[in-house]
Order: sequence, then structure tokens, then C-alpha cells
Amino acid sequence: MESGIYHTTYQQDMAFRHTPIQYGRLILVLVLALAFPLVFRGNDYYLLLANQCLVAAIGAIGLNLLVGYTGQISLGQGAFLAVGAYTAGTVTSNFGVPWFAAIPIAALFTAVIGAMFGIPSLRLKGLYLAIATLAAQQIVEWFVTHFNFNKLTLSGESGALTLPTPRLFGLKLSTNFDFYWVILICLILTVVAVSNLLRTRYGRAFRAIRDHDIAAEVMGIDPFRTKLLAFGVSSFFVGLAGALMANYNARIVTWESFTVDVSITYLAMIIIGGLGSVSGSIYGAIFMTMLPALLNSLGDTLQGSGASISVSQWLPYLKEGVFGLVIVLFLIFEPQGIAKLWRNVKDYFRLWPFSY
Amino acid sequence: MQLFIQLTLSGLTNGAVYALVALGLVLIFKSTDVINFAQGEFLLVGAYVAFMTIGQWGLPWPIGVVITLLIGVAIAVAVERFILRRMIGEPIISVIMVTIGLSSIMHAVILGIWGPDPQSFPSFLPSSPLNIFGATVGADRLWALIVAIVLLGAFTVFFQRSGVGIALRAVADDQQAAMSMGIPIRRIFAVAWSIAAITAGIAGIIAANILGVSGDVANLGLRVFPVVILGGLDSLPGAIVGGIIIGLLEQYAGAYTPPVLGLSSVIPFVALIVILMVRPYGLFGQRRIERV
Repeated sequence: MESGIYHTTYQQDMAFRHTPIQYGRLILVLVLALAFPLVFRGNDYYLLLANQCLVAAIGAIGLNLLVGYTGQISLGQGAFLAVGAYTAGTVTSNFGVPWFAAIPIAALFTAVIGAMFGIPSLRLKGLYLAIATLAAQQIVEWFVTHFNFNKLTLSGESGALTLPTPRLFGLKLSTNFDFYWVILICLILTVVAVSNLLRTRYGRAFRAIRDHDIAAEVMGIDPFRTKLLAFGVSSFFVGLAGALMANYNARIVTWESFTVDVSITYLAMIIIGGLGSVSGSIYGAIFMTMLPALLNSLGDTLQGSGASISVSQWLPYLKEGVFGLVIVLFLIFEPQGIAKLWRNVKDYFRLWPFSY
Repeated sequence: MQLFIQLTLSGLTNGAVYALVALGLVLIFKSTDVINFAQGEFLLVGAYVAFMTIGQWGLPWPIGVVITLLIGVAIAVAVERFILRRMIGEPIISVIMVTIGLSSIMHAVILGIWGPDPQSFPSFLPSSPLNIFGATVGADRLWALIVAIVLLGAFTVFFQRSGVGIALRAVADDQQAAMSMGIPIRRIFAVAWSIAAITAGIAGIIAANILGVSGDVANLGLRVFPVVILGGLDSLPGAIVGGIIIGLLEQYAGAYTPPVLGLSSVIPFVALIVILMVRPYGLFGQRRIERV
């Protein structure tokens, strides 16, 4: 922590940032986020990756609210993303709701479904809750692969759901560049909302439940209501991410993006980024989205250099293995994730050159 | 009636495979409180190493099976020593995620070595179809049932009579008390993982016999969760009974509902939620679930 900060008002004390350097970093990040699409406007692949990172960041923040802050393990992230995406898709393509209304509708609907899946958390803890959410994931996965969303019947085959191009004030939001701004605004709203939520009595109740639920109940926190609220709010943001996924770029919703592997990837994001840290969720989302992309381009480079082994055949296994290895190494050597590593770097330079 | 007998037989034999997989999961959970999400990949090790030694190298099958089990044990002991021992005292999410990470590494390494194409397993178990009450069933599937029951008997005797088995139960019951009684808790963990690896190796060989050698064998690792929850996470007989019930449930649900719905894959998970809500410790598990 910085020393030499003297707060004389409550407002100063409540501020998120206290020092000029902290403000500087915030402004730097915002400027970079705004400048990125302008600089790389011609490079659609980079913009695609950026969009994926930002959407993943929204989903990861939602999941971190539940797992990192409230301590309720969920293996059902993919299912909640699916609920968000399919709701947004169904209301736009079947009922003609405009996309900007469909996204909040989808987020709210996911919140309701999420709270429903949260009901078992009243009776189950830890491992058992993890397995219950795994079952929920399988059930939702089954549903989206057997329900025809175009005809709204349980017919056995799903068929992809195609969405119309989002329009805003007569403008088509068809490219990655256009949609970047939509996603960025959603991410900023998510970060502001979640950071502030965590400072309210509800946010403190979440952490009390995580740290010791019995003690929390003795202190007058209703664990059932708090857990349901956590599931609901968390699912709201996950649903938002899902709805954004449905709307941008290809605008086709298929079940492959919502399997149990996706749930695991999101859990990996928040563990690698840092459990119980909003900024950590963003770091983790960027890391886990960029890792396969980097390995892909590494594979392309190797292929181009004329390596004797066939790289494309190995690449899926390399990605899967590196994915697992990164999870295991982070859990063993830095369980608090990238957020902690970054804090270490800051602490080092704060004391530099006179560290202890 | 013919159909019913056929379904019951397939359900029983599929259930036996589930039971074998579940046994390994239960063994590790019972003694170390770790739920091993990499169990499916231990099956994969069993399937592929047996395929390599018996199918590719042409060794006689008893030697091949022994080598397979030894390699499985070596991996399990290494995993316990270098990964899970560092996770003692960490939150449960870390333990879950570390086994998930491990499963991805093992899956990648195995399929990286042998490639994605399914291989045919050198069947050394007789697989000729047998006719029972008018229904046919492969003999290899009956072997799964027999092996599951034999293993259950062996483990029951082991846990009730042998010193190591009693030590395993003591550690499962209360680690600190067990340590203060002079039980070498680390060695006990290694033993638990080794036994689980042997079970997984045998299950992997049998599953590969039935399903063929491919990455699909690892899916059993996830499909077995309804089994262990139904039977009780810490109960060996529960693993067998749960396996058979889920196996039967799958068959009946698949046959008596419209086949386009593919209900047989999802019904076990619906059952899992129902069990968790009604009786979270399962049919035979110890009641020590905390509720708040």
C-alpha cells in the first residue's frame, strides 16, 4: 500500500484511486482501449481478438462475482452464456425485438435462470454444488442441442439460430470495428457496476458468505437470499456476455460455444487472473483468449518455416496441453493469479531502488 | 419383454463399466477428500498403454496388462506427490481446477502421441455374443460385470481386514487423529492414488474393449458423476449399485422415449440434481454434508 496518504473526508476515503499514479494508469488504460481500434482499423483479426477478449472479460467478471467473491463454485458458466445468447437470438429473430433491447432482456432472463440454478446452493456446498452446476450445464447443453429455436419446438435437432445485423440510428453495426464500441461500453458499465456493488452491504455480505457462512448467518446475513442474489447478479453479467456473443460478427448461435469446456475455460480465466478481483478477471480473460491465438500464430510461423513435423496436426493437442499446464502451474506457484503478480511488480517499483 | 430383457442386460453391463470407473473416484475421495476430474484420463492411459503393449508390440496380454497398471500407478504417484500434495489446505476450487488442468494435460499428451483416430483394441477378452433369456450380450460386457464384482469384494476385504486398508479409512475419517496415531499419511495418500490408478487401468482396458480405443473413453470420467453421487461419494458398494442403477436408467430412458430426443444422455444428470436435492449423501454415503 502507498504510504503518506491522509484522508480528511469520507469521499476521499471511499475513492477507488488515491494517488496521481493510479489516476494516470486508469487514463492510460482508457486511452489505449479507445486508441486500439483506430490504430488497428485495417486489421480485422486483431479487432476480432480484442472483441473476444472484452466479451470474455464481461463473462469472467460475472463468474468471479459468484466464485471469487461469494465462494460458490460454478461449472455452469457455459450454460448461462448459452441462456443469454439463445434468449437474445430468439427474441430478435422470432419476435423482432431490436438488438439493443434484446441484450438487456437476455441478461435479465439469464439472471432469473441463474437464480433458479442457485436454489440448490441453499443445501449444497463446495464440491456438491460444483457437481450440481455441472449437471445443470449438461441439462442446458442437452436442451440447446435438442430444441429448435427457429420453430420453438422440442424437435430433437437444434439448427443454428441466425440473427439480423444490428442497426443503430440507421447505421449497420456489421464489422468488428463497429461492435468494439458496443462491447467496450458494456465492459466499462460492468466494471463500474460490479466494483460499486462490491462496496455496498450486499458486496460485503457476499464476502462474508465466502469466508464463513455460519459466522455470516450469525451476523444477521440471510445466506439463502445472499446466495440467490449472487447467482442472479453473476448470471446477469454472464448473460450479457452471452447476448453480446450472439449479436456480434457472425451472428449465428450454435451450441459449440457453450460446452462444459467453455465453463472450464472461464474458471481458468478467473483463477489465472485472480479470484476475487475485478481487474484480475479482465487480465485472465485477455490471457486465456490470447493464449490459443498466440499458439495458432506460432504454429503458422513454424509451418511457414518448413518444419518437418506437421504442425497443424499437433496444434490442438499443444493448445490443450498448454491450457492445462498453465492452470496447474498458476495454482501451484501463484494461486492468486496475475492480479497478484501485477501487484508484486507495482510494489517492487514503489520501493525501488530502496527495497528491503 | 424381449426388449426389456435386452435393455436390462445392456444396462447391467454398462452399469458395471460405470461402477468400475466410479470405484476409482470413490477410492480417492474416500481417503484424500479430492474429487478427481482427471479420472477419465486415467482410463485413457489404461486404454492406450494396453493398446500399445498388446496391440502394437504384440506382448502376451497378462504382461501387457501388468505394464499398463504399473505405468498408471507411476503417473498417479507422481501426480499425488508433485501436484496434489501441494494443494493440501487450499480451497476446494483450486483442488477441482488442478485436477481439471491435469486432465487436459493428460488428454493432450495421450492423443498427441497416438493421434485422434480411433484404434481397434486387440481383444483378449472373449467377445462372442452370448444368448441369455433370448437376449444377446457380448461376453466382454459380462466380464466388466464380473470384474466389477470381484474388485468390489477384494476392496471390501482390503478395507475391512488389511492394515493399510484400515489406515486408509482412518485417514479418511480424521487426518489429524490418524497422524497422531502414527499413520504415515503421505504414504497412505500415495497408496490411495495407486489403487485408484489400478482400478482406472482395469476399467480403461475393459472400456476400450467395448468402446474401442479413442478419446471417447475419457468422457466416462464426466458421465460417472451421477453414479458416485447416487451411490454416495464415499461408499464402495454405492459405486457398484449406483453404476448399475444409472446404467439401467440410461437404457430404459433411451428406449422408452422418442429416440430423437436423446434423453439417455441427460436423464442421469437430471437424476443427479434430484438426488442432490433430496438425499445429497447418496444411497450409502455418510451423512456429513454441511448445510447452511
